[in-house]
Amino acid sequence: MLRDKACIVGIGETPFCRKPGSGLSEMGIQLQAALAAIEDAGLKPAQIDGILPFPNVGKSEAFAAELGCSNLRFAATVHMGGAAPVASLRAAAMAVASGVADYVLVPGGWNGYSGARVRETAANDLNSIPGGAIARDFYLPFGLTAPPQWYALMARRHMHEFGTTEEQLGAVAIAMRRHAQLNPAALMYGKPLTMEQYLASPMISSPYRLFDCSLETDGGAAFVVTSAERARDLRQDPVFIMGAAASQPYPADEICGRPDFHRIGLSTAAPEAFRMAGVKPEDVDFAQIYDCFTFEVIQQLEEAGFCARGEGGAFVENGGIELGGRLPVNTHGGLLSQAHVLGISHVVEAVRQLRGQADARQVTNAEIGVVTGWGDFGDGSIAILRR
Amino acid sequence: MNAARADHAKPLPALTGLAGEFYRWCAQGELRFQRCEDCGRHRHVPRELCAHCASSKWVWARSSGRGMVFSWTDVVRPLHPAFAEDAPYAPVIVELDEGVRMLSRVVDCAAGELAIGMAVELVLTQVSDQVWLPYFRRSKD
Repeated sequence: MLRDKACIVGIGETPFCRKPGSGLSEMGIQLQAALAAIEDAGLKPAQIDGILPFPNVGKSEAFAAELGCSNLRFAATVHMGGAAPVASLRAAAMAVASGVADYVLVPGGWNGYSGARVRETAANDLNSIPGGAIARDFYLPFGLTAPPQWYALMARRHMHEFGTTEEQLGAVAIAMRRHAQLNPAALMYGKPLTMEQYLASPMISSPYRLFDCSLETDGGAAFVVTSAERARDLRQDPVFIMGAAASQPYPADEICGRPDFHRIGLSTAAPEAFRMAGVKPEDVDFAQIYDCFTFEVIQQLEEAGFCARGEGGAFVENGGIELGGRLPVNTHGGLLSQAHVLGISHVVEAVRQLRGQADARQVTNAEIGVVTGWGDFGDGSIAILRR
Repeated sequence: MNAARADHAKPLPALTGLAGEFYRWCAQGELRFQRCEDCGRHRHVPRELCAHCASSKWVWARSSGRGMVFSWTDVVRPLHPAFAEDAPYAPVIVELDEGVRMLSRVVDCAAGELAIGMAVELVLTQVSDQVWLPYFRRSKD
């Protein structure tokens, strides 16, 4: 049982930017975030003895060499795309709880705007496209080449079966944008969004418009995990990992033929994480939900148990996921309006909320928070955190 | 073909392994799916084993080529250069009468007319010397 045996003790982020780009290498931008997280914890880089890099943006050997970690005892990469950071959080917790490592770093970041754009490169690299040869042989020849297209097929079917509307997708985009107005670090700070503007934005892959899509960003983020015992001696108030789980849809490598088309990784991961934590969705004060596109927020809220399947559209309407609503979601603005840094910023923001460091966007008396990851063709990860 | 054109060539399936067998049937004018010889279930995409009964015995069974639209998206902004001139185009998931679903495209129908549940039928379309893709069109019946 992992409950309360590990803590997040350090968080770090770089500035987020689009034009003209970070000016840093992808390793450089991640190291800047990693150093900030290690400093935040009150540790020295050489004390890091576990590193869990995000897929395809850096190897543990290189991180260890750069940071002077001469005794790297635990290194792994979880290949779940955007679900990797929260799945890595769980792996880090397992490592420190079992004594395999003492201080585990989870770094991430990229030049997602100025470097290779994910929307155009995913289809060209069989090692990075989910499904691999299946996508090559049965998706790409038909023109299904990029994430908004994969997920649009899921969103369209959900709209058909449950009556989810375009305006409900828009409500997600607008909620994220409102939160970004309270976050000076957000790329969309100072740029509010109305429903009229949302509905007028150009169609990308229906039902997804421009403002349903997250922000390709240059930036980095990182966090540090240690055991509950070691956490007591560090600089910041520890944030405890009450429960964590990661899982996959079935089959994970092919979207179209799934017996239950709406089942995602979170459908099985969330109940496991809540059981481990000993709390229920209604006990949660906020949630940072991986928002690569708007519908994925609705689907994850349903599958995580915050509402029943098919009720997610109504859940997000009328300010339901805004600060002051029934469940504030993505208080930093999320991938949609803060920045897309591979989902690590969702963990960072959850820690800020539970430390009481979220400034103008602080959730009052935040005690328990949820953070999720979504990746590939619907892989899911979830952590339930407390102060 | 110059380098720039090569960059914009449409991606094609690799004609190896089970996918190669699938597409060789298409090139012969037939859509076939694997059917488990033990439990009788059809499957797509091709797999070595039947996920229901773990049997490794199967045959390529000819499909009716008839089904209905299960989901779709209208790609207005293409995100792969090879499909720039196709846009707008509509990838669809078709649910065949045999029970399997496959990713395809409906070729004779503007995206605004597409609807989940629309009856469609197979139209195999040659896209290279060796490759015929199983597209669909609105059912004539």
